[in-house]
Amino acid sequence: MRTKTIMSIAKLFAPILLLFCGSAMAAQGLSSEVPTIDIRNGTASAIPVVVVPFGFEGTMPPETDVAGVVSGDLNRCGQFKALDKKDIIESPTRGKDIKFQTWNQLKQAYIVVGREIENPGGDVRVEFELYDVAKQQQMLGLAITSQKTGLRDVGHQVADLVYEKITGVRGAFWTRIAYITSTGVGSNINYALMVADSDGVNPQTVVRSREPLLSPAWSPDGRKLAYVSFERGNSSIYIQEIATGAREVVSSAKGINGAPSFSPDGSKLALTLSYGGSPDIYVMNLATREKVQLTKHFAIDTEPTWMPDGQSIIFTSDRSGKPQLYQVSANGGEATRVTFAGEYNARATISYDGKHIAMAQGAGNVYRIAVLDRATGESKAVSVGNLDESPSYAPNGSMILYAATEGPRGVLYAVSADGRVRQRLILADGDVREPAWSPFRQRGQ
Amino acid sequence: MKLPIRILLTAAVASVTLVACSSNKPKPGPTTGTETNTNTTGTQTKGAYTPESLDTDSCLRQRVVYFDFDRSEIKPEFQAQIACHAAYLRQFPGARVTLEGNADERGTREYNLGLGERRGNAVSSAVGAAGASSSQLNVVSYGEERPVCKEHGEGCWQKNRRVEIVYTAKQ
Repeated sequence: MRTKTIMSIAKLFAPILLLFCGSAMAAQGLSSEVPTIDIRNGTASAIPVVVVPFGFEGTMPPETDVAGVVSGDLNRCGQFKALDKKDIIESPTRGKDIKFQTWNQLKQAYIVVGREIENPGGDVRVEFELYDVAKQQQMLGLAITSQKTGLRDVGHQVADLVYEKITGVRGAFWTRIAYITSTGVGSNINYALMVADSDGVNPQTVVRSREPLLSPAWSPDGRKLAYVSFERGNSSIYIQEIATGAREVVSSAKGINGAPSFSPDGSKLALTLSYGGSPDIYVMNLATREKVQLTKHFAIDTEPTWMPDGQSIIFTSDRSGKPQLYQVSANGGEATRVTFAGEYNARATISYDGKHIAMAQGAGNVYRIAVLDRATGESKAVSVGNLDESPSYAPNGSMILYAATEGPRGVLYAVSADGRVRQRLILADGDVREPAWSPFRQRGQ
Repeated sequence: MKLPIRILLTAAVASVTLVACSSNKPKPGPTTGTETNTNTTGTQTKGAYTPESLDTDSCLRQRVVYFDFDRSEIKPEFQAQIACHAAYLRQFPGARVTLEGNADERGTREYNLGLGERRGNAVSSAVGAAGASSSQLNVVSYGEERPVCKEHGEGCWQKNRRVEIVYTAKQ
């Protein structure tokens, strides 16, 4: 039974892993910076879990610490507290070798053990097991085969499976983030749109420009990014395929072409256009390029984002004087106001179930990320900076990425959706901003 | 709503121009011979400016209009600057300007694109109301993407809340 599961999972993963090993290798030259992760807040209710460093059977041990990747992921989400490596006093690599009493004394609820087995072809079979320490019961026993260069991805997938088994919610560690960097000053500023793993490792350049780049948005299949570039002199919206670099301009009208957002089914793009006199929300059919105007108001209407059901759109408007969030049917019609507390609420990101909206909330000169619970209408700050912006939900709603400033530079943070755990991802020198969390990666893609 | 603002702006430009005429002291730059000539005649004299005036005339050399936070109204101290650029554009119908709207870092990037455009449009309307042709005026908003400084405080923010008047054709 167990062997059968292992085989089927291995078959499932093998082709994908081979597929994106290429990109991982290409990125290796760029990933000299290792992201620094600072845990800003502890949390008493986090579940204690120990991920024992995996054993290795073969001739050339890989550099990647798969167990370290799993621990890092589980720590970052706020729901788990992974035992420090220095406190891991025994090193079982198989379930049958676990001395449960040891981990019980260390107050660990779960234990993950595993081993990497080098195959004659050079690829590695990663076998891992998850146990409930108190019950001394196996909860998972699986294997994933990958090339050595794909082992970080294996780590993220192990973390996803462990997370899902314990919490009942699909993990979102094996995902990617897009963001914008700028380096240099004055006329020598260079902008880049980057994509990295969800923990900030393996950064790859998608596009570079001497002119501003902003507002990256993922297609629902995770293959493309829409973004705004000024390289034609005025703002224009591009859609680019990440794997091939092929791209096209989808909007370059007079005035602003901004804030692209793919519909959940990927067939439409919501965007902001101002050729009608002031910024309004439009929806473009990507097959026909026909546009429907959703809002028509002299105010600034911008930053559209789709509700998960694709039936309506949340956007920012200053029609009441200051920016607030509004909701409008995807077919147009009257917009209704969503946010009332706070003088400045903008740039919505919506949890996968539509129950929470995170936004940039301003009061005086302080801008923080706040999460609005739509059922109660209450909003709560989850960040502590002074100029925090651009929130982006993980596809499972467990975490929010956002941009903050530290001195003259921009940095990215990941915060647990309840605001309890915050970690900084240092991705590059210079200014880093506008993070966008990818959808779930599709197995077999 | 938009229309009344435009009318008000037009009225403001007109009144400031009139004040400048009567007091003969346009703010904020020092008065030059050319300007005095322009102002005292009340209407733009043909040949009052040359294309070189863009580099030498103290009023025309002023190319940045600054704004208050989250506002796009043109403050009185910039009316003289707008009037002289309008006069130049009226004199040289082939001249073209791009009005680059900018915002400080506070607030979201896409909202600030809208705010930068609103500021660019305010300058465009004012220059147009003062006599330039709309075909001479182009507005591009960079939002908060092109700061001139990056410190987090009002001293820097006020420099970034601006419209830059950029000549793309001088005559």
